[in-house]
Amino acid sequence: MSPANTTRVNDFTIKIATVNGTGSASANSLLMKSIFRSGIPVMGKNYFPSNIQGLPTWYEIRITRDGHVARSGQVDIMVAMNAETYARDVKEIVAGGYLVYDSTWPRPALLKREDITVFGVPLARLCNENFNGVRTRILMKNICYAGVLAALLDLDLARIRELLAETYAKKPQLVDSNMKAIQLGYDYARATFPCPLPLRVEPMTGTAGHIMIDGNTAAALGCVYAGATVAAWYPITPSTSLMDAFKMFADRMRVDRDTGARNFAFIQAEDELAAIGMVIGAMWNGARAFTATSGPGISLMNEFLGLAYYAEVPAVIFDIQRVGPSTGMPTRTQQGDLMECAYASHGDTRHVCLYPANPEECFYMAVQAFDLAERLQTPVLVLSDLDIGMNDWMCRDLKWDDNYRPDRGKVLGKEEILKLEKFYRFIDKDGDGITARTLPGVHPKAAYFARGSGHTQYGAYTEDAADYQMVLDRLLKKWATAKKLVPRAVIDATAGAPVGLVSLGSCDGAIREAIEVLKSRGVGVDYMRVRSFPFSEDVERFLAAHQLLFVVEQNRDAQFRALLTLETAVEKSRLRSLLHYNGLPISSAFIVEGVLAELQPRQQLQPKGALRGRPT
Amino acid sequence: MTFIAKPKVAHPSLPKNALGFTRRDYEGALSTLCAGCGHDSITAAIVEASWALAVEPQNMVKLSGIGCSSKTTAYFVSGGHGFNSVHGRMPSIAMGANAANRALQYIGVSGDGDTLSIGLGQFCHAIRRNLNMLYIIENNGVYGLTKGQFSASADVGSKAKKGETNFQPPIDPVLLAMTLGASFVARSFSGDKQQLVPLIQAGLSHQGFALIDVLSPCVTFNDHEGSTKSYAYTREHYEPAVHADFVPLEREIIADYKEGETLPLVMHDGSRIVLRKLDTAYDPTNRTLAAAQIHERMKAGEYLTGLLYVERSQNEFHQANGTPDAPLNSLPYEVLSPGAQALEKVLARYR
Repeated sequence: MSPANTTRVNDFTIKIATVNGTGSASANSLLMKSIFRSGIPVMGKNYFPSNIQGLPTWYEIRITRDGHVARSGQVDIMVAMNAETYARDVKEIVAGGYLVYDSTWPRPALLKREDITVFGVPLARLCNENFNGVRTRILMKNICYAGVLAALLDLDLARIRELLAETYAKKPQLVDSNMKAIQLGYDYARATFPCPLPLRVEPMTGTAGHIMIDGNTAAALGCVYAGATVAAWYPITPSTSLMDAFKMFADRMRVDRDTGARNFAFIQAEDELAAIGMVIGAMWNGARAFTATSGPGISLMNEFLGLAYYAEVPAVIFDIQRVGPSTGMPTRTQQGDLMECAYASHGDTRHVCLYPANPEECFYMAVQAFDLAERLQTPVLVLSDLDIGMNDWMCRDLKWDDNYRPDRGKVLGKEEILKLEKFYRFIDKDGDGITARTLPGVHPKAAYFARGSGHTQYGAYTEDAADYQMVLDRLLKKWATAKKLVPRAVIDATAGAPVGLVSLGSCDGAIREAIEVLKSRGVGVDYMRVRSFPFSEDVERFLAAHQLLFVVEQNRDAQFRALLTLETAVEKSRLRSLLHYNGLPISSAFIVEGVLAELQPRQQLQPKGALRGRPT
Repeated sequence: MTFIAKPKVAHPSLPKNALGFTRRDYEGALSTLCAGCGHDSITAAIVEASWALAVEPQNMVKLSGIGCSSKTTAYFVSGGHGFNSVHGRMPSIAMGANAANRALQYIGVSGDGDTLSIGLGQFCHAIRRNLNMLYIIENNGVYGLTKGQFSASADVGSKAKKGETNFQPPIDPVLLAMTLGASFVARSFSGDKQQLVPLIQAGLSHQGFALIDVLSPCVTFNDHEGSTKSYAYTREHYEPAVHADFVPLEREIIADYKEGETLPLVMHDGSRIVLRKLDTAYDPTNRTLAAAQIHERMKAGEYLTGLLYVERSQNEFHQANGTPDAPLNSLPYEVLSPGAQALEKVLARYR
């Protein structure tokens, strides 16, 4: 990015430092939405504490006319509302950038920096003079800075009023008080500073056909559309909002208009073990059921995941990954559960995993997860993360095809059962490793015993070596079938380069931006985003076709790289890890630097054309 | 020995129930438990009760965890689906299954280890939800499959087969369930079929969580001198307080009870339980008093048995959740999907 003091329209980053529990979330979302409604692509990232009130919190807004979805890694304008974090906040501003702070109190020496422009606004004083009540004054102080930014950036006040009117449709008096606070900040800034700044917004048409939504909301919506009827969970950050959203949608769209009956069961479990048990029980019994959790919950669910794998019961689990190990940092993001989910539980177990990259994919993959789980009669884990799950992302409108019908897999009905001489649960008739199941209540002939203990293909308990192994081997055959059914990787081989980036999930936005930057610097790279485990066959081909592969992921131990080396033929020597695991979402700058650091000395030695291998 | 199917040949003169089934139709695979195991008597009582109630075999869902007791779900009603899950977590499987289809009969069989140690949490929470199921604990105070360790129901001073004395106080499932607000709490003895069969019938007819704690001696590891869960000790110390006669919907009450000693309770399906108080001071409808009496007698070394507490006014899970009468797993997709138009409306909020 160019320095902040040259004119840059619709291309800069604002960071707002506040104290949590002071209403800053409303102010920030107001700013985000008013920019989005002006047709300007925007990204918002919330860095919040695991706390209710009183700790530092930040919100980063990137205005990005090119539609980037990742962090830029640079802050152009800082709104420093929290004295406790002044020092680090001021330090973070790029040279030539701007600082807005509350000048009601004397400016601390810490705020001194010669290379930035400082705007002091007596926010607290303005609000104390114009509002009554301690709580109101605090809340309005935050709305007030939104007014200051509106003036500095040239935001449309009419649009802000329109948004407030929507938000407080049922409390019109709040529209007026909020607007008053906006106007206070706006007027003060206009009268005092050179508005608008060189960094400013200008309406454009870059958001048509798009929405701003978080991944948890989108995934919950996917569950509603997939026809899920049983939702069981234990509250855990950052997955809880997925369940909250499911309940909100279900309460609106799943209640029988005539009878008032709720066409779903919503069960808050006593822990994650119970939550997954309920999901397994419900899906065994023919309902579409799911749970949402995060790393610690997955750890607890291990035993049950093994049962579902071996007893061949479908289950859908959303893992909204957060920073581990252990309790870790519950409100920060990571991709730290890749290994855990792939092989959860003791014994030979492996699980189908889906890796959405954004809220849009969370929606579609939620539906796909149920279809795969029921088709394959096995748990399917959707690995989202805090960044996707809890931040608002601009993404394409979600579309629904009313012709969709759930794939319930091989479930025999009464008619089919009656035609059989005898029903055996685990006999592979189709050669795809998937055997027909039946649901309780259908017919006495259909009854079988689901169990986690050793069993024969007839479903009977066994300790016989050959009988046991036969079932275990058939499960491998099913795994091979899974490979053909899971979503393929997204491959961009337009560069036709011998160097490839390989990644998954929420790294996607940063990588796509990094590829553009690299290209502008004369470095072409191909890119493969893996979307599932087991790896689809195209993954193997891409790996084979590239001589040097950067594996980009957000954990310390290169878990994705480890999975690639375990499950594909790729040689470790061709893989370079770019690991980002400090809890903040990965930025494009991190990837560009990592690639260049490795590549530049190499390319001098080995011209591009000399490297063998072309992607498919 | 891995799995032995029981021959299904039945003598034509065997009595048939309302569905035309004989008792044999409610049996399952051959038991692989030790000869004389109390659990097998309970299995027989379940067979008898299911036959007498004329349960459609395919409508019975049998659930269990891990342990000797949990194996027994394979030994009855072979026409019903079974789920032998993981140790101590059967209640959550039952909850999920019940959420998916409220129209079936759910019967869970567990042991004292499975329920009171590893599964204590799930047991408690199933009670709190008033999950509509019959939950039988086959209670012998000992771990059988791992060969003789004390369980959480072992009494203080009870001696293990290897001579060790237990010093930790037991968790009593009956008192615990009453404290947690259970709506149907019973205790019985595997050796008393007269008492147990009607209790199982009543438990299956109860709408909500029905607990029957059945003292069920382990002949191999806990039937010796010094054990408080042996056949001899149980026979001596078990005290029937309330006898429950189960009266199916279609049958008249024939029994002649003395005035003031009986209490007929109409179940949700219209059948009745007639409680016959063997201990006139005991009141099975007063939670606080009943619990106090069970506790008092326990201190004196006696187990009060029978239907110890019953209450029919509590909402079971689905009533509280507001689910429709039709099972959730039977709702057609067309009813469940809000459709493309509704999605467009939803998206308007995110613009």
